[in-house]
Amino acid sequence: MPDRTQAPAIKDAVEFDLKLKPYEKFILDNGVPVYNINAGAEDVMMVELVFFAGNSYEEKNIVAAAANALLKNGTTKRTAFQINNHFEYYGSYLNRNCYNETATLTLHTLSKHLPELLPVMQEIITDSIFPEEEISIFKQNSKQRLIVGLKKCDFVAGRLIDAYVYGEQHPYGKYSNAEDYDALQRNELIDFYKKYYSNGQCVIFTAGQLPSNLYQQLNDCFGKLPLQPPPAETSSFIVIPAEQKKYRISNDPNGVQGAIRLAQPFPNRLHPDFLKCSMLNTLFGGYFGSRLMSNIREEKGYTYGIHSYVQNHVHQTAWMVSTEAGKDVCEATIEEVYKEMQLLREDLVDEEELHLVRNYMMGVILGDLDGPFQLIARWKNIILNNLDETYFYKSIQNIKTVSAEELKEMANKYLLPEKFYELVVV
Amino acid sequence: MIQYEKFVLANGLRVLVHEDTSTPMAVMNIMYDVGSRDEEPERTGFAHLFEHLMFGGSINVPQYDEPLQMAGGENNAYTTNDVTNYYITIPADNLETAFWLESDRMLSLAFSEKSLDVQRKVVCEEFKEHYLNKPYGDVWHKLREMIYQKHPYRWMTIGKELSHIENAKLEDVKKFFFKHYRPVNAIMVVAGNITAAKVKELTEKWFGDIPAGEKYERNLPEEPKQTAPRRLAIKANVPLDAFYKCWHIYSRLDNRYYIADLITEVLSGGGSSRLYQSLVKEKQLFSNIDCYHYGTVDKGLLCIDGKLVKGVKMEDAEKAVEEELLKIKSEKVSEEELQKVKNKTESMMAFEDMSVMNRANSLAFYELLGDANLMNTELSKYQQVTADDILKESQIIFDEANSNTLYYYSSNN
Repeated sequence: MPDRTQAPAIKDAVEFDLKLKPYEKFILDNGVPVYNINAGAEDVMMVELVFFAGNSYEEKNIVAAAANALLKNGTTKRTAFQINNHFEYYGSYLNRNCYNETATLTLHTLSKHLPELLPVMQEIITDSIFPEEEISIFKQNSKQRLIVGLKKCDFVAGRLIDAYVYGEQHPYGKYSNAEDYDALQRNELIDFYKKYYSNGQCVIFTAGQLPSNLYQQLNDCFGKLPLQPPPAETSSFIVIPAEQKKYRISNDPNGVQGAIRLAQPFPNRLHPDFLKCSMLNTLFGGYFGSRLMSNIREEKGYTYGIHSYVQNHVHQTAWMVSTEAGKDVCEATIEEVYKEMQLLREDLVDEEELHLVRNYMMGVILGDLDGPFQLIARWKNIILNNLDETYFYKSIQNIKTVSAEELKEMANKYLLPEKFYELVVV
Repeated sequence: MIQYEKFVLANGLRVLVHEDTSTPMAVMNIMYDVGSRDEEPERTGFAHLFEHLMFGGSINVPQYDEPLQMAGGENNAYTTNDVTNYYITIPADNLETAFWLESDRMLSLAFSEKSLDVQRKVVCEEFKEHYLNKPYGDVWHKLREMIYQKHPYRWMTIGKELSHIENAKLEDVKKFFFKHYRPVNAIMVVAGNITAAKVKELTEKWFGDIPAGEKYERNLPEEPKQTAPRRLAIKANVPLDAFYKCWHIYSRLDNRYYIADLITEVLSGGGSSRLYQSLVKEKQLFSNIDCYHYGTVDKGLLCIDGKLVKGVKMEDAEKAVEEELLKIKSEKVSEEELQKVKNKTESMMAFEDMSVMNRANSLAFYELLGDANLMNTELSKYQQVTADDILKESQIIFDEANSNTLYYYSSNN
C-alpha cells in the first residue's frame, strides 16, 4: 500500500529544457513574408493573413472593425451566401478579427481542401464590394448586439476602464456607440479596404500539416498582388488618461453583482521590468492558486473568480485586476485586493511559493508549446511585437531565476493603490 | 482511428490508456457517472456544488491544487446533466503526482465544514454571474421546466434556486460522495506520452486498494411523450424580444441522434445555413438565430432561438421560422447540402481530435455510454445519414405537438 501522506517525487519543472520549435520562413514575390510551422498528426491546417488594418488606422470610429467584419460579404463574382457556402462546403472555417494594430483573415481547413479555398481568399482581399444591403444589416444587428451588451455590467466595465487608462480617442481606449454605426458610409469602408487590405501591408502565418507545394500555392494567390511587407514599426498614439481615479457606476438597479476593474498604465514588453512583473502578476492574480484567488474566492467566497493580467498591447499597456463580486461585497473585495498588494510590497515571497509558481509556469508553457496552432500563436505574438526568439528564452530564464527581492522591488514600484484606476459597475 | 487499451481493476474502476508520444504532456481524465439528473428535486445543484468540494482537500492530502502546480500541472472540472468530469494536464514525467492526488480524493474527501461554507458562497456567486446578473440569464430555467415534466433534466446543472445550494449540509455531502464517487462508478483515461504498462502499474499502486463501493443503479423517471404544444410568454427587463422553440429528440445512443445533429447543421451551422440566410439576411426578422441540440445521454432536445429585430412582431417571427421548418419537412435536402453538413462534421471532428485532452475526454464519455470504440465509428454513422432520413425525422421532430415555445418579451418596448 502506498504512503499516501507523501507526495511522489517530481521532476522539477524548472529543469525542463524548453525549446521553441523554429519556424520556416519564405518571402512571396511581392515581399510579403510567410512564417510556417509544419507539424501535427491530423490532416488539418490554418492560414492566417494579418493586415495592418486595425483600428489604429481608421480616421473615424468603427470603420476598421466594420471593414473587417464585412470583408466576406460579397465580391463582384459572389454573394455573401455563395462565399460562405463555398468555405462551408469544404468543412472549413473562414474567420476575421480586428484588433488595434492588425486585422486578420483566418482559414482553418482540412489540408486536402486548400487549393479550392485560397483562390477565394484572394478574391476576398482584391474584389470585395461591400454591398449597401449587407452594410445595413450589419449596422442593425451590431446595434442590437451592442444594446444587449450594455445591459451587462462586465461589458460596460471593460469599455470604461480602457477609456480611463488610455483616453477615449486612443485606439486602445475607444469604444463603439450606436451613433457610430449610424454614421458609417459605404465609401469609407471601400477606401479603407483598398488602402489597408487590397494594397495593404501583410504578413502570413501558416501551421499544421502543410502541403509540399504551399509556397507555390500562396505565391500564386497572394504573391502577385500589390501587397507590401509589414511596417518596421507601427505608430504609437498619445495616451490621455482620465484625471479622476475612482468611479462607481450604476448600470442596473436590480443587479445582484458588481463588475470590478482596477487598472494602471504599464509599459510594453521592451521595458526591463516587464518580465519580472509578469512573474509577480502570476503570483498576485494570474493563476488558480494566486494570492487574489486564494483570499477572495477560496477564503472569503466573494466571487466565482478574480484575475489579474497585463493587457496584450504592442505600444503601451495596462495592468488589470478584474472580477465580478456580490453587490454587497464589492467594496470589501477592493479592500482585500489592496491588502494583497500591501503584503507583496512588505513581505518577501517565501521560497516555497516562488518555487511553486516557477514550476507551474514552466508546466503551462510546456503544455502551451504542444501542437502546431499553439506554436504559431506564440511565434505570431513574438513577431508582431517586433521581438525574436531570444525574448522567449529570456522569459524562460526569468521564470527560473527572478528573486523574491526583485519581486518585492517590483511590487513597491507598481502595486500601489494610488496608481490604479478603480471602477465598480453595478 | 484512436487507439487505446482497456483494463478493469478488481474494485471495478475502468481504465483506458491512449498513447501519443508526439506530446511531452500527459492527461488524466476521471469521469464519474453522476450528473444533475441524479439529484433530488428539492436538492438541485448538488452535483455541481460537489464538484467544487472535490478541491477542498482529501483524507491524506490537505491541499489538492498546490502539489499539482508544484509538479507543473493544471486541472479543471465540469458538471453536466449527465456526468461530472475532472481532468489534469501535467508534464508526462510527473504523471504520478496526478495518480496520487486523484486516488486520494477517490479514497475519501476530508469533508471540511470550512470548504463547504466557502464553496456554497462561490457557487452562489457563479449562479448570480451566469444566470441572474445577465439579460436572458433565466431563460433555460424556464424552458427546462416547460419541456421536461418528469425527467430531472427539468433543472439546470447550477440548480433550480440559490436556496438549494445555501441549504446543503455536510451530511448530504458525505452521503453523495459514498454513493457516487466509488471506483465502480468511475472511468479513468490516461493519455499522452505514457505507456500502458506504466499506467497499469501506477493504477494498481494508487487505486488498487480503494473499496469498490456499490454500483449506483440509476432509476430515473422517463419523460412521457409530449402530445400537445406548450407555450409560454414572459416579460423581463431585457433590451430585445427573443424567441425560443424546443422539441424533444432522441437519446445519445439512438441512431437517429446523428440525423437530428445534421438537421441542426442544415438549419444553422454558419453563414450559409438556412435559418441565417432566410431570416437574418433575406427577411431581416432576426438579428441572430441559432439551432442546436444538447447531446444528452437521455432523450435530449433540439432548440431554435433568436433575437428579433426591433419592431418585428413575435408572431411574424415564429411564422417565418415555421415556413423554414415546413421546407425541411416537405422537400429533401439536396445532395450538395447534405455533403456540406457531412464535410463540416468530418472537419469539426478532426479539429477536436487535435488535442490529447479532448481525445481523453471523448474516450471517457463514450466508455460511459457503453463502449469507448464508439469514438471510432461516429463518423461512419454520420456518413450513412440520407436525405430521406432528414426528411422523415424532420417531420417527426418538428411536429407542433412536440414543441415548446417561449416568447421572451422586452419590458422596455
